[in-house]
Amino acid sequence: MLIAVLSCFILACFAPWLHRLGGRHSGWLLALLPASLFAYFASMLPLVSQGHSLQFAYAWFPGMGIQLSFLVDGLSLLFALLITGIGFFILAYGGRYLEKHKDLGRFFVFLLGFMGSMLGVVLSDNLISLFVFWELTTVTSFMLIGFNHEQEDARKKAHQGLMITVMGGLALMTGFIMLGMAAGSYELSTILYSDGLTEHALYLPMLLLILLGAFTKSAQAPFHFWLPNAMAAPTPVSAYLHSATMVKAGVYLLARLNPGLGGTDTWLLMLTLFGALTMLTGIFLASRATGVKKVLAYSTVMALGTLTMLLGLGTETAALAAVTFLLAHALYKGALFMVAGILDHSAGVKDFTQAGGLRHSMPKTTVVAVLASLSLAGIIPLFGFVGKELLLEAVLSASNWHIGLTIATVIANILVVLVAAIVALKPWFGAVVDTPKKPHDPDIALLIGPAVLATLGLLFGLMPFIADKGLLAAAAGAVYGQPIELYLALWHGINLPLMLSLSSLLLGLLLFKVWGGWRQLTNFMHSAEKIGPEVVYERLMLGMTQFAAWQTNTLQNGYLRNYLITTLGTVIIVVGWALLRVNQLELNISFQDMRVHEVAIAVLLIFSALIAVLVRSFLAAVAMLGALGFGVALLYVFFSAIDVGITQVLVETITVLLLVLVLYRLPEFRSLSSTANRIRDAIIAGMTGLLMTILILVITGARQLEGISEYFLQNSGPLGHGRNVVNVILVDFRALDTLGEVFVLALVAIGVYAMIHLRTGALPVTNSDRRAAFNLRRSQKDKAKADAKAEAEASAAASKGEE
Amino acid sequence: MKPRRFNMRSLILNTGSSLLLPLLVLFSLFLLLRGHDEPGGGFIGGLVAAAAVALKLFAEDYKAARDMLRVHPLQLVGIGLVLAAVASLPPLFVGESFFTAQWWSLDLPIFGELKLSTPLLFDIGVFLGVIGTVLTVVFTLAEAEHS
Repeated sequence: MLIAVLSCFILACFAPWLHRLGGRHSGWLLALLPASLFAYFASMLPLVSQGHSLQFAYAWFPGMGIQLSFLVDGLSLLFALLITGIGFFILAYGGRYLEKHKDLGRFFVFLLGFMGSMLGVVLSDNLISLFVFWELTTVTSFMLIGFNHEQEDARKKAHQGLMITVMGGLALMTGFIMLGMAAGSYELSTILYSDGLTEHALYLPMLLLILLGAFTKSAQAPFHFWLPNAMAAPTPVSAYLHSATMVKAGVYLLARLNPGLGGTDTWLLMLTLFGALTMLTGIFLASRATGVKKVLAYSTVMALGTLTMLLGLGTETAALAAVTFLLAHALYKGALFMVAGILDHSAGVKDFTQAGGLRHSMPKTTVVAVLASLSLAGIIPLFGFVGKELLLEAVLSASNWHIGLTIATVIANILVVLVAAIVALKPWFGAVVDTPKKPHDPDIALLIGPAVLATLGLLFGLMPFIADKGLLAAAAGAVYGQPIELYLALWHGINLPLMLSLSSLLLGLLLFKVWGGWRQLTNFMHSAEKIGPEVVYERLMLGMTQFAAWQTNTLQNGYLRNYLITTLGTVIIVVGWALLRVNQLELNISFQDMRVHEVAIAVLLIFSALIAVLVRSFLAAVAMLGALGFGVALLYVFFSAIDVGITQVLVETITVLLLVLVLYRLPEFRSLSSTANRIRDAIIAGMTGLLMTILILVITGARQLEGISEYFLQNSGPLGHGRNVVNVILVDFRALDTLGEVFVLALVAIGVYAMIHLRTGALPVTNSDRRAAFNLRRSQKDKAKADAKAEAEASAAASKGEE
Repeated sequence: MKPRRFNMRSLILNTGSSLLLPLLVLFSLFLLLRGHDEPGGGFIGGLVAAAAVALKLFAEDYKAARDMLRVHPLQLVGIGLVLAAVASLPPLFVGESFFTAQWWSLDLPIFGELKLSTPLLFDIGVFLGVIGTVLTVVFTLAEAEHS
């Protein structure tokens, strides 16, 4: 199982080379992996459909109780089969669709990585690993949406999707941690069947956070806007992201958590409310759009809303309806997106208003498109019909607000029929419209995916027991929390759902007749979009950058003196306050046992410091600082810290060397600061010195715990095999610290190198440069003069001519 | 104002440095190797070695110092980091925790016992890292002056 998930990532690493190897057919070559994974998952069908669930666990961070564990039950198996099955067609399709794209190799990397992450999400049993895979889907989908990274628009939209889903991801992580705390385990298989979660004190916050994560991922209103914008991705990506994967991850999560967290009033309210809202928003926007991919994207929003609503209801029928609708949607939406790609690829059509009568030139595509759209519209005998009947049944039997939800669903269905009619009829039938490219049926790699998916839609509709017996009941059982006894059927007899279906079909078709008028009628949306959530999002982002710019300009003002003042001032205030408040200053200073040489060094130190401040030459100041440093080194030696003393001497030496190198780059020694500034600086410097002195005295006077040095002194021989304690500490006891310090040193080296080289690159002011710049300016001036002169002459000539 | 050049070409410094240089380099190695028992170690040794190369820079010029070092100092930083990091790994292979010191003893025919250890490897990493860092800074500044 681990291999199954990781194989996608491994193959992703080699995809560019395989792509070069496979050439034109590399898509097929890579598609072998999802095909074999599909077979692998399908082999689990018999067990899972009997209601068993399989678990696989591998130690990951055993110390932290995080394991990589996988759970295969009906729900995850359904998703895994969709991901690998549709993934197979998408790889083949994408290989052909982007055949001439220079970054096709990279496309395969991202797509395979995405596939692996998605599999990880739906198969993970551990919350932490689920979250990791969840974020991986965010990152890989960012790469996929922004695949045409040379277009600013694509970059912007990829960024938007990333920001929104990452924000949700953060909330989700917090929610997961709360959930783990409340349940006492991070294993889903334990959490879902533990009692009392819904009464736990953390239930409400954790639920809201998890819902935020799921809603952003699954583009629920008001976060729905990122999904249609993600259409900036190449069409194969849209087909994949929208049919079975990315956006369904949120729905998957809700379905997965339903047995543990569902069933409460909050759950019911939040999910049905936001679901119904999203459903209506999505389908309404879809009915107004004309871009092929836009229409499909908005109808995906509608489907996600519907699924959320069904999961909110949480009844047995609703669970079955949800998984049925999910499967039906994956099949027809995958097919329709791939058809949209064919329209673009073979006819250059990106908008429904640009096309018509394509059935003559693209007969095979027409059949596929119509078949898939019929399933979208929910027309008997397609699988979409089964899903829709169950949906209506679930809504009608809802315990609360069933009238409101039914009305919303029927309205949505009317508009779905309209959208399906647009997709099924507009480009293919009617008068022939000239298209940008000469339309033709595409080759097999492009056509096979949508054809198979659409046919499956018909097959499952005619024989629902194929899907039902195997998988759907098990999946619905996993959503519901216990095995369910319902079964799918195409024909339920003449009942209320059927009547509602029929009437919405008629109304939808009527609406299609007046599609243009409908779009005119709803034009008010144009002004409504100006205050919509997307605008709010953009304002927020803009505000954030503006705030960051303001804050950076204020804090990072580029003056070393200001940085010093801020840093030292903070130290003085914070440390000084703590010292005065916490410690009653009891300083026991005795000068009794001071020896002569110590006094001498102290005097030397004070004098060199004073002189360094007062002299008016850089060199003298450097020399004095050097003297100060050597004095300190002497002190170390006298207090038998020879290693530290040697280090101090060497560091001083090298500091002086460096200063000498830098000195020549400094301007002449000048008095740049005013007296007031100098007084201020003197006060800050004096206070810092005073504070440090007091601090050290307090610390040495107030030692309460036994120092660790005793341990080091005793053990450096036996444990460290060395007599030099300082060195043993550096390379053995505290080696990790030292390693960190060496890394810091390396960073410093790179920093200095980069800064100086960038500077010298930017300021190559030699005399010849200056001359060149001067000449350039002069020639420009001359030219301007000449132009002015010519103009004046011309106007003079003109006025003469008039005379 | 003409930029002042730091390279004054003092004869005494020049002659002295050619005598001192090998001694300083040897001394830095001596400090590095004896560091575990006596004052010294990778950090101190590295500083001495870096100072030796810097001496060459001051006595002759930037190019001479560069040529003497042969490699770019940033490469030394990299090698040092790798050595120091690698020194943390051997204990993992004998089932001890990360960074636990490992000691091996070799009996050499003439010199007697030679003690090798991961702290020594680590210290050599520190040594190279320090030389590299100091010289990167010195060379970069000198080069900026040079050009």
